[in-house]
Amino acid sequence: MATYTPPLREMQFVIHEVLNAGDAFKKMPSYAEVDVDTINQIMEEAGKFAAGVVLPLNRIGDTEGCTRNEDSSVTTPKGFKEAYQLYCESGWAALACDPEYDGQGLPQLLNTVLYEMLNSTNQAWAMYPGLSHGAYECLHEHGTPEQKKTYLKKLVSGEWTGTMCLTEPHCGTDLGMLKSKAEPKGDGTYSITGTKIFISSGDHDMAENIVHLVLARLPDAPQGTKGISLFAVPKFKPNADGSVGEGNAVSCGALEHKMGIHGNSTCVMNFDGSIGTLVGEPNRGLNAMFVMMNAARLGVGMQSLGLTEVAYQNSAAYAKERLQMRSLKGPKEPTKAADPIIVHPDVRRMLLTQRAYAEGARAFTYWVAFMIDTELNHPDAKEREAAGELVTLLTPIIKAFITDNAFTATNEGMQVFGGHGYIAEWGMEQFVRDARINMLYEGTNTIQSLDLLGRKVLGDKGAKLRKFGKIVEDFIAKEKRTKGMSEFLEPLADIAEKVSKLTKEVGMKALLNKEVVGAAAVPYLRVVGHLVYSYMFARMAKVALEKQNSGDPFYSAKLSTARFYFAKLFHETAYQIRAARSGVDSLMEMDASLF
Amino acid sequence: MKILVAVKRVVDFNVKVRVKADQSGVDLANVKMSMNPFDEIAIEEAVRLKEAGIATEVVVISAGPTQCQETLRTALAIGADRAILAETDAELQPLAVAKILKAVCEKEQPQLLIMGKQAIDDDSNQTGQMAAALLGWPQATFASKVVIANGEASVTREVDGGLETIALTLPAVVTTDLRLNEPRYATLPNIMKAKKKPLDVQPVAGMGIDVAPRLKTLKVAEPPKRSGGIKVADVAALVAKLKNEAKVI
Ligand SMILES: Cc1cc2nc3c(=O)[nH]c(=O)nc-3n(C[C@H](O)[C@H](O)[C@H](O)COP(=O)(O)OP(=O)(O)OC[C@H]3O[C@@H](n4cnc5c(N)ncnc54)[C@H](O)[C@@H]3O)c2cc1C
Repeated sequence: MATYTPPLREMQFVIHEVLNAGDAFKKMPSYAEVDVDTINQIMEEAGKFAAGVVLPLNRIGDTEGCTRNEDSSVTTPKGFKEAYQLYCESGWAALACDPEYDGQGLPQLLNTVLYEMLNSTNQAWAMYPGLSHGAYECLHEHGTPEQKKTYLKKLVSGEWTGTMCLTEPHCGTDLGMLKSKAEPKGDGTYSITGTKIFISSGDHDMAENIVHLVLARLPDAPQGTKGISLFAVPKFKPNADGSVGEGNAVSCGALEHKMGIHGNSTCVMNFDGSIGTLVGEPNRGLNAMFVMMNAARLGVGMQSLGLTEVAYQNSAAYAKERLQMRSLKGPKEPTKAADPIIVHPDVRRMLLTQRAYAEGARAFTYWVAFMIDTELNHPDAKEREAAGELVTLLTPIIKAFITDNAFTATNEGMQVFGGHGYIAEWGMEQFVRDARINMLYEGTNTIQSLDLLGRKVLGDKGAKLRKFGKIVEDFIAKEKRTKGMSEFLEPLADIAEKVSKLTKEVGMKALLNKEVVGAAAVPYLRVVGHLVYSYMFARMAKVALEKQNSGDPFYSAKLSTARFYFAKLFHETAYQIRAARSGVDSLMEMDASLF
Repeated sequence: MKILVAVKRVVDFNVKVRVKADQSGVDLANVKMSMNPFDEIAIEEAVRLKEAGIATEVVVISAGPTQCQETLRTALAIGADRAILAETDAELQPLAVAKILKAVCEKEQPQLLIMGKQAIDDDSNQTGQMAAALLGWPQATFASKVVIANGEASVTREVDGGLETIALTLPAVVTTDLRLNEPRYATLPNIMKAKKKPLDVQPVAGMGIDVAPRLKTLKVAEPPKRSGGIKVADVAALVAKLKNEAKVI
């Protein structure tokens, strides 16, 4: 079975040495008490919980899956419920929630660390609290006072969980085609009717109640996405005193059988005149739902970082023990029957690919989480706005770039094990299967790429992208003379310039032919993703260079990983730039009937 | 009733330790440190006694460098009420720690001093016994069950032959074995509360205690590499080898 050691040192490196978050938090009134020691202690205890409680359920969840009972209730795998109870009792669900609703009021950054660990140890399980937290954020921002009173404390404590119900059988990406109906009952509530599919954590036995956030149409709603409203629909109607009341007409019609995340219930949810209340304004449901979708997109990035890390840890350990063949330079361990496979250059490529993708994703996601904290809490309005813009720009990159990379990384992890990687009991093939969903849900990676290029970049004529470019430029200018930095700054400067050129070129071509955006978007996101990683690796390298003679080999390992990244992974950009520039004709020329 | 719990900061049990090149000890530079797992059991037991209404205060003490404060905060997060750090950068051997514990016990007057039966770094298994001797208190080592009633502790001990239950008058020293309890996970609110609990730093230098090492480490070496096994022809050959080569019988 797979093992996991919380990578605390790696996490601390990013938080304390690269981001200096402890110092920055001192300037944010609500986080002023969150110092280095506090951060470390919370991480340490979260790690104990993830490794001790959640990890042992990962394979059980995979082999057992969820069960739909005769009465349409759903039972989760053995141990899921108890672990969730302990999670809530330990206060982890409340970590980054508003103290007004019994939250701990701690930074998003720490929640991000927690989720990295939960996802390394059990993605399917982590989705139950993960979606609840998204529902919390959505209701916290858009809920009526009444809804906040009814739901927020329950979601914060974890007593109730949440779901997001968007997808219907005939529409996933294109929510404008959504059919579910909401009829006003005349008493301020609505009767919701429709079928939602693929609803994660849609029904389960881990909590006493579930609040579904459901997209549906009001009777007079305009066509398309401008006619969608959002509703809070509880599984059991809450009584005035907050206790769980009678059942609502919502039930799980079926469970999907799927490739991975077996421990998470993926439900067909039937709403048969179930009673709900409106969240936010009528016909502005997508707007409100975007709070949850953005949180979920970052969450999906964390899922993939978690899987990358755990795949790396297990394959690195295996590579040091598995004896097979000799080093090309002659035996490294002559007393043994063969050398450990870590002597082979290509095994190292596979390990370092995982490691570089884990370190890059960690630096990237923690930085963005830290930006979210800045956006929410910095006393200076300008700082808040700048941070918010960056988060908007980078969210689709987190979702798509990290999840693509994690599929590669978990796959390499499996490959390191040879045939044993394909055998279930080692746990490596589960990581690959679990990682695969992350490229699909929460908007496919293609849709993320279109969002990045079409909306976030071309939509404001590159303004947000240029602001990010300025951050990179300033960093390069500041470190240009720092000894040892040129090997990292040169490729960074190079890719920054190329992104700027590529953006202009695609933007111009798109004026003549809109399909250019559709053809270029996916390679474009890969290129910008590498720009972000180059920046992160250069920042990490800077810290590591300063400390490489400290006697701690951690820093030389950091430099080695950064060098590997620039030598072996970064050059994907050359190919992707050519692909992005090569236009649309080769894609569109063949008649659809010939496929 | 007040309980004093002694905790030691040790190399984390997950770390694969390496011997220093000069064989003077184990390399502790940049290595993850944690609370000795047996001491976690001791803290847990003390907190349970408090939750059961038997103890009124749980005080936790560690002797060592300033970084031991992290270990003490962990104990506070599990539920100890306050902490004492007997601070020193000097090497502390079990006798020195026992003397420090004696001094603190005399000041704090606990009814029970609990600690792990041994620390997973040097496995000495001496501190509790020495502290009991110095204090003149009864001791129950290797505890797998502790019951306190009427000024007495009834302690079940894990001994070679099985379990032995003994009664001790308080104050007493108890050292904990693995089966005594399963330590809880710290809760987030308790981690935050731990930050605000008192942590008193007392320099060992000011205690008037001679902590100079009485034992000298000559050399620390890796255990010999395991060599392959051999097959013996019969039981007689096995016995002969055990007698003459392994010299174990
Ligand atoms: C396990 C699992 C859990 C899920 N959990 C939830 C959940 O909790 N809540 C929820 O609401 N939904 C959930 N989903 C649904 C998920 O979000 C959708 O499946 C996803 O958004 C894609 O929609 P679709 O399946 O209808 O694919 P389609 O929209 O039919 O897309 C098919 C293909 O066409 C591509 N495509 C579509 N439009 C374009 C375009 N304009 N340009 C280029 N390519 C395009 C897509 O990228 C994709 O490759 C879940 C799905 C799964 C499998």
